[in-house]
Amino acid sequence: MSKLRLPLRLAVLAFATVVIQQAAVSQISIFGVSADLTPLVVMSVGLLAGSLPGAIMGFGTGLLVDTVLVQTLGVTSLLYIVIGYWSGRLREVRDPAHALVPLAVGAAATAVAGIGMTLIQFLLGVDAPVSFLLAQQIFVTVLVNTLLALPVYALVRRVIQPALPDDPRRRRRRAYTTGGLSPLQSPSQRLGPISRAPR
Amino acid sequence: MHDKQVRRRRAVLALLVGVSLILLTAYFGESPNSPLHTVQRGIVEVLSPVQEGASTVLKPVRDVAGWFSGTLNATSQRNQLRKEVQSLQAQLALAKSAEIQNAQLTNEVGLDDSIGISSYKAVGAYLIARDPTLWYQTIEVDKGSDDGVALQDPVVGDGALVGKVTTVDPTVSIVTLITDHSYAVTAEVLDASGDTGLLVPAVGNPNQLLLQNLQPPSPGQAGPTPGQLVVTAGFTSGALDSLYPPGIPIGRVSNANQNELLNNGQVQVAPSADLRHLDAVQILTRPHAGTERAQLP
Repeated sequence: MSKLRLPLRLAVLAFATVVIQQAAVSQISIFGVSADLTPLVVMSVGLLAGSLPGAIMGFGTGLLVDTVLVQTLGVTSLLYIVIGYWSGRLREVRDPAHALVPLAVGAAATAVAGIGMTLIQFLLGVDAPVSFLLAQQIFVTVLVNTLLALPVYALVRRVIQPALPDDPRRRRRRAYTTGGLSPLQSPSQRLGPISRAPR
Repeated sequence: MHDKQVRRRRAVLALLVGVSLILLTAYFGESPNSPLHTVQRGIVEVLSPVQEGASTVLKPVRDVAGWFSGTLNATSQRNQLRKEVQSLQAQLALAKSAEIQNAQLTNEVGLDDSIGISSYKAVGAYLIARDPTLWYQTIEVDKGSDDGVALQDPVVGDGALVGKVTTVDPTVSIVTLITDHSYAVTAEVLDASGDTGLLVPAVGNPNQLLLQNLQPPSPGQAGPTPGQLVVTAGFTSGALDSLYPPGIPIGRVSNANQNELLNNGQVQVAPSADLRHLDAVQILTRPHAGTERAQLP
């Protein structure tokens, strides 16, 4: 049962994200564009759970988006696999600890989604001029999504962290921040003064 | 152990990418009645009650955001609307006299009005989902074939044409907006010469349409000018599967560059409906028997 906790949470998260995105967020215009929560959620899952869960989450979320919007199946999945996998690899290889990392990765994920969708549409033969408005729209969407990246990341962490296996690196980082295993401290500093019994 | 993990990760990634590519290729080459499309429509049908519920629950959130957005633009909109009212009042007076004259002449000639807009029944529908990207301009509405909606039915909202029905299920429909790259409709400029052409979207720009295949104006004629109303001409382009009622407003000529008109036979048109802020639309339904009357210009 414990093995199913993470997949279940990811499935519910993907479903809820797509429904909320289509039913509400995409109908709210900010600076002439709509925010797109789906690449942010996929990015957050990749950053928190790793490349494999990130890629699977990307595939599932993309497929759901394409299905709900009656679009060409596979287009969004392909893009979101890249986003989820790449975010997960970033965590596995670099293990960035800065609090603003989701902000930068969220911006990059949104840019990949926007530009990638443009490229795939051109490859599929959609007759579309490269308009200034298209570039502007992608840029503004990246800005809006960047603002939303931190709250979305925090929300996703809250949802899936209880189901994540305890990561030794996270445990080590926690120990450092609480002063538990810092190599900058001597054992006597860590343990406090040693009380000696009077002779 | 590490090698095994790496191999597993790469295998899963390759599998996911492979499945995506197979789906993309299969879907792209299939007809709308193929199994993949049918499964997709089935899933949409199953999910539509959830989306309807979510849309209703989240309406207050949308309204609050819309209120802020509307307040910011209210002053400029008010000034623009005042100018429009003045212009429209003058046009209304002319239109009323033309309407009376038209009714008299129609009675005298005995013209068939069965393709007129009055023969269509309007079915009100609420928007339950929309596509946020510039590439697929579609919306999902909460009315389907159970309510008499059929494929290719024109959809109006915000006082103008917004698109046509491209997917129908018993309880929901997908509407392709006039700004989608696949959309085309014959349209007429309400000017002295009634210039008619093919209205297509400027893809990537949801605020602009292009009226193409216009005849260059004859010497002494002005041709379309900015501000003139553009309405449906009464038939679609391409597959002759539906008749649009003539006279549905689409937008106004926004730019009528004379060089562009002479060389390429096109002018720019701004859609009248605010396609990004639609809450409700009307689907114009009618019995689809008389397709043999459809004709190209």
